[in-house]
Amino acid sequence: MKILLKNMEQPGYTGSLKEYEQTGGYQALRRVVGGMEPNDLIDMVKASGLRGRGGAGFPTGVKWGFIPKDHPGPRYLCCNADESEPGTFKDRQLMERDPHQVLEGIGISCYAIGAQIAYIYIRGEFRLGFQILEKAIQEARQAGYVGKNVLGSGVTIDIYVHAGAGAYICGEETALLESLEGKRGKPRTKPPFPATHGLYQKPTVVNNVETLANLPHIVNRGAEWFSSIGSPPKSTGTRIFCLSGHIKKPGNYEVPMGTTFRELIDEHGGGMRSEKPLKAFIPGGASAPFLTPDHLDVKMDFEDVAKAGSMLGSGGVTVMEEGTSMVWAALRLMEFFNHESCGKCTPCREGSSWIVQILQRIRAGRGRMQDLETLSTICGNIGGRTVCAFGDAEIAPVLSTLQHWRHEYEALIREAEAAHPPKSEIPVLSL
Amino acid sequence: MIFAKYKDQVEELLSRYPVKRSALLPLLYIAQKEEGYVSESAMKEIGKILGLTPPQVYETVTFYTMFHLKPIGKFHLQVCRSLMCALVGSDDLVGWIHRRLGISPGQTTNDKMFTLSAVECLGSCGTGPMMQVNDDYFEQLNEEKVGRILDDLKTHGTCPLKSGPFMFPEPVR
Repeated sequence: MKILLKNMEQPGYTGSLKEYEQTGGYQALRRVVGGMEPNDLIDMVKASGLRGRGGAGFPTGVKWGFIPKDHPGPRYLCCNADESEPGTFKDRQLMERDPHQVLEGIGISCYAIGAQIAYIYIRGEFRLGFQILEKAIQEARQAGYVGKNVLGSGVTIDIYVHAGAGAYICGEETALLESLEGKRGKPRTKPPFPATHGLYQKPTVVNNVETLANLPHIVNRGAEWFSSIGSPPKSTGTRIFCLSGHIKKPGNYEVPMGTTFRELIDEHGGGMRSEKPLKAFIPGGASAPFLTPDHLDVKMDFEDVAKAGSMLGSGGVTVMEEGTSMVWAALRLMEFFNHESCGKCTPCREGSSWIVQILQRIRAGRGRMQDLETLSTICGNIGGRTVCAFGDAEIAPVLSTLQHWRHEYEALIREAEAAHPPKSEIPVLSL
Repeated sequence: MIFAKYKDQVEELLSRYPVKRSALLPLLYIAQKEEGYVSESAMKEIGKILGLTPPQVYETVTFYTMFHLKPIGKFHLQVCRSLMCALVGSDDLVGWIHRRLGISPGQTTNDKMFTLSAVECLGSCGTGPMMQVNDDYFEQLNEEKVGRILDDLKTHGTCPLKSGPFMFPEPVR
């Protein structure tokens, strides 16, 4: 079942406008600007059950519905192409191999919310993707799919690509808006939400690349078709999962939602890369808590992964083989989060660096048993106490490895204590 | 004055946004491309174009890791060190580069050709270990490939091993 990757898997497909049109491309945009009521379009996407593919999984049609109808405008669409969640590399492929599919989705989304301008916020490192999109927009403009009078309908849809400059947090929607306004990418306090006070304080929708790429197919084949795929009613359609880590065949695999992790890893990914069995996996990008081999039969839909104690997130599945130190893995991710914390909220800014210091100390053989309690306390003081979801994300690797592999932490600490027995009890301040 | 010769490009960029300040990052990219880093005079000039004070420009520049406030080597080797790449050998990659060039992350070779940085996730997790050299990605690296890339960059200024439009795994032909 391939929807989004179908075109690009054809031999010789380069993603040019002509090739995209030959596969039926831009028929959906033609149909909507040709006289579909924006409300009907919003209802159609609501009925399809499409949920955001960026990480949070918010229903796309519902998000569009929050845009006030009576606002004088202008309204904006931002395509979130920041793709910065470690473990995720699907949007890069969608943009570089089939850019018009994304552009058509942007056109449809713009029409639904009445936006005349869309900005594609792409991470600065994706220079090639930036150039490919700029070229595709030029092609689409010449063919009348983008510009002042789209396909003679009188509708204006302008699309611009805007490059970020290396900041993970700019994938957070309000930080993205700040960055697009030329400021430091610090998340805004919500409410007000972007739907009413977004880019330049105007009504704004932020949609992920993969979310947008689904739209032409929903318009062409109907909400009923889309909602019959995957794991209805809550997780419909397919999803591109990005496999990385100790896997035989890493890469992007598009499968219906609700496929099990075991099937993805064994059948698509070809199993583990060596004889060593799977020890742990991250089901949805760095922000998702680690899971264990016991969770391999969990279905990859929003609800089931949440029930298993993690989240489907951005679709980045990273597998780790037996022998991988979980303390080391947690530390690597914490170093990432510490580096990327924007610094706005104290618990996240300070807490992330404390956690890194403690984990480094444990790894260096100078840990104390009280450290584990301190780690949990620090995490407890970060979670839910920050402006954006970054705080909840950064504690996931520590808390989940502590939950499932506490013995590894304890073993390192016991070794340390045996080598350097404490001369006296060091008082620990309670936080 | 950097931007005198980019007048048309600056105007086109400004026309994209209803608020001038949005063109800040794009203008910083032009300045960095021109001088190799973002100089103080470039920041002042950008401030004038956008109607911003120099501190407003500076506070923004310093938030983003891709802008350099000091000159760096001709080729900026950025090795992804995040967990997904680390699982498949990004630390080895840093070692291979060190062996060939004698530099560690944060250092530049004496001939100012190469600067090495260990950076966080570059969105190429399935094809690690990998590095970005200036605008190009180099993926699925091993010691031999790294040697060839560094040699090619030194002698030709570019290397054919750089990634094209990304698709992984490649479709079966």
